[in-house]
Amino acid sequence: MDITWYLVLSAFIFAIGAAGVMSRRNPLVVLLCLELMLNAGNLALVAFSRMHGGEAGQVFALIVMVIAACEVVIGLGIIVAMYRRRLPIDVDEMSELRG
Amino acid sequence: MWFEQVIFFIAAIGALAGALGVVILRNPFYSVLALVAHLVALAVLFLLLNAEFLAAGQVVVYAGAVMVLYIFVVAYIGGSDEPLRPEGGAVAVLGPVFAAAVGVELCIAFIASGLDALDSTGADVGAGFGSPEAIGQLLLTRFLVPFEAASYLLLVAAVGAVVLARRRRGLEA
Amino acid sequence: MSATDYGWLVLAFPVAGMLIVAFGWRLLPGRLPGWIASGAILGSFLASLGALDTVDGEAHVDSAWTYVDTAGFTADMAILVDPLSVFMCLVVSGVSFLIHVYSVAYMGGDRGYSRYFAYLNYFVFSMLLLVLAANFVILIIGWAFVGAASYLLISFWYRRTTATYAGIKAFVINVIGDVGLVIAAFLLFDNTGALDYAGVFGGAEEAFGTNDGTLVVACLMLLVGAFAKSAQLPLHTWLPDAMEGPTPVSALIHAATMVTAGVYLIARMHPLFELAPTAADISAIIGTATLVFAATVALVVTDLKRVIAYSTISQIGYMVLGVSVAAYGAGLFHLMTHAFFKALLFMGAGSVIGAMAGIQNLDRMGGFRKAMPFTFITFTIGALALAAFPLTAGFFSKDEILAFSIERGGGFVVLALLGYVAAFLTAFYAFRMVFRVFFGDPVPEARELEGGHVAHGEPLNPMTGEAEDTDVGFPGPEHHVAEQSWPMKVAMAILAVLAIVGGVVGIPAATDTLEHFLEPTFEDSRYIDTHPSEGAEWVGLAAGGLISIAAIALAYVFYIRRRGITLQLRDRFAFAHRFLEHKWYFDELYDAVFVRPFTGAGAFGRRVIETDFVQGFIVGGATGVVRAGTSFARAIQTGYVRAYALLLLLGVGALGLYFLVQSS
Repeated sequence: MDITWYLVLSAFIFAIGAAGVMSRRNPLVVLLCLELMLNAGNLALVAFSRMHGGEAGQVFALIVMVIAACEVVIGLGIIVAMYRRRLPIDVDEMSELRG
Repeated sequence: MWFEQVIFFIAAIGALAGALGVVILRNPFYSVLALVAHLVALAVLFLLLNAEFLAAGQVVVYAGAVMVLYIFVVAYIGGSDEPLRPEGGAVAVLGPVFAAAVGVELCIAFIASGLDALDSTGADVGAGFGSPEAIGQLLLTRFLVPFEAASYLLLVAAVGAVVLARRRRGLEA
Repeated sequence: MSATDYGWLVLAFPVAGMLIVAFGWRLLPGRLPGWIASGAILGSFLASLGALDTVDGEAHVDSAWTYVDTAGFTADMAILVDPLSVFMCLVVSGVSFLIHVYSVAYMGGDRGYSRYFAYLNYFVFSMLLLVLAANFVILIIGWAFVGAASYLLISFWYRRTTATYAGIKAFVINVIGDVGLVIAAFLLFDNTGALDYAGVFGGAEEAFGTNDGTLVVACLMLLVGAFAKSAQLPLHTWLPDAMEGPTPVSALIHAATMVTAGVYLIARMHPLFELAPTAADISAIIGTATLVFAATVALVVTDLKRVIAYSTISQIGYMVLGVSVAAYGAGLFHLMTHAFFKALLFMGAGSVIGAMAGIQNLDRMGGFRKAMPFTFITFTIGALALAAFPLTAGFFSKDEILAFSIERGGGFVVLALLGYVAAFLTAFYAFRMVFRVFFGDPVPEARELEGGHVAHGEPLNPMTGEAEDTDVGFPGPEHHVAEQSWPMKVAMAILAVLAIVGGVVGIPAATDTLEHFLEPTFEDSRYIDTHPSEGAEWVGLAAGGLISIAAIALAYVFYIRRRGITLQLRDRFAFAHRFLEHKWYFDELYDAVFVRPFTGAGAFGRRVIETDFVQGFIVGGATGVVRAGTSFARAIQTGYVRAYALLLLLGVGALGLYFLVQSS
């Protein structure tokens, strides 16, 4: 397969993930869409790694996975804290950082 | 090989379907499951690209551990029915539009960029490409610092999560 | 010790007095500051006597410090000791000393006692500096200092708004005079290249022909300065208001010394004025106009001090007339005698006002003859001298001026006749004061004083009647009358004696001491040999005497014999009375022509230019633009995560677009 196909697929998944981040109001789902975008990036990285023949891309993708895991952990921690405080689980309600 | 293409298309469709499912499904629990499916499809794609260790890691760590964590939290919080297009918000309308635009733009970038190697199957790789041994070798020599930094990051995240979600006396029932 | 050494001493004593009193007042108990200040002026007087002894009819110049020495211009701190300046020093320091002694008692109990004496010493120093100046630089310095001292002393009771307004008025008019003086100095320097008197006078003949346009302008500018300081028309409006200051201040500054500075200036600059007869003639005319004007107003004003103030304006008109027609000796003689009797009159007035517990209105006074015999006698002596009653000092001095004026002939005869008319009015109003204050039924305050007890009332502003207190910034609670304070008595007694015998130095054809003494200074005058003949002088003296006696008799009739007649006259001639009472409407004129436009312009500037334009448009505009920009920028920070995500995405897209376009 041409590498191009993988890259195009990665672009589509990225776009879908971005659309999801902006249209969903449940922060859990927003995080999930964020995962989608990260995965799209991973796919692209691995595709390029295969293209050039070096494994650096794969190592990079591994680190990205680690980071994704950390970010999910923190994000979920925030959501749990929100739930504990009886705040509405809605990203539009969390708008205090405004100018 | 022809069945490589078939597997590619199947995996690709599965990934896209999973992605759309995450965005469209109303129940967050279903969204999580859709993401799991997406991750598995992606693992297959990784295998096609000779990234065996990464594929295994994707399934075990990502789909296995992280998503299970997600399931726990969704179960704790509970899903809520909410429409895909909530009332009000120019962002909700413009967002997908701009996302599509970015996607198209990326495609244009990839297809029309004229990079030589994009039209081939890639470089010739040896037998041990993508094996755990190769990855490990790289992690411990060339990419030692990112490796260590990533582990610190994991530590910080773990501590942070505990701090964020702990009970505070007097603030909740 | 040379003459100039004495000259420096004359200047040093008041400075020392001022510094000691100003800085050491906390350490000096009771009335000691007053005695120290008086002692300083006594030292100055003694040094003037020393200068008198050593001057020998010459002009001695001594420079203490050369301030500027460049090509074509030198200015140094130099004093000139010659007969004229010695004469002025003697008069100034002598009369100042007596007034200091008077003030020691008069200002007792006032919270600003030491401040008063520091200011008074500063004034005397400034005045002496002015008369001892040897060049225009020091003259202008002294001139300005005297103006400042006048301001400080007029608004001495600074919590009285009427006093502060009067001080400002005096200072503003004074500054107009300062400007005239400086312009004159510049014009003279420009044409003669020198600033010291010797250089200017010597160079004036070559630099200017007779009646040269520039010289006339320069002399007119000098006149502006002189008239502002000496309260002549049209710059006279400050002097009556200056009566807001304490009575000894009125005696010193506004009778005996500062207001004579203008006369001194014209006398000193006589070479220039004789070279520009136009300016001298204008000066004579204005002097005469002033003396008539002031005499008419003094007929109707009801405040005791203001009657004396207008008489000062009038008498200085005589002096100005004198020095303008080149009767220098006569004019300066009148300056000396006027200093004596005017200071005496003010001192007497101070005593009467003390007895009236601060009230100055003639309508409220009467019958003080029995209660205040000493004040009565000295005041009457002063009034006689003012009225030029035969054989008083004022008699000889005033009539000599008028005789000289007739001698000059031509238009000056008219001026002299007007002078005689005003002399009649002068005698009349002088005794108007005497009869109204001391004769008639005793008012309650007089009865109280007959019992030996000075009246007390609520502290009030004598002009507006507002209530005051007696703390610092207002007059003290004590009221002093001459009968009960020996310093006041001593000062008044000495001046009374001088008012009588002071004429001795100038009896025409008999002594003429003063004129001979001053001759060296004026020997370059072209009128030095112009003298009224003996016969003419005796005729003039006789006429003056007759006029004076007639006026006093008329006053006697009006105020003693037929008491209500003045009220009837006032009703009959109500318009004239009002015109005179409003001082010929000068204040109203100046208010309309100068004060209102200026304050209007100021208010306009503040309202439109400052507030609307600068604050509103420029400052507000600038901030408004910045605010609009920032509030536009703030609109982006909505707080919605999704909006931020959208913006991020847009940014990414834009970046990608950029790289895409760039690489293709």
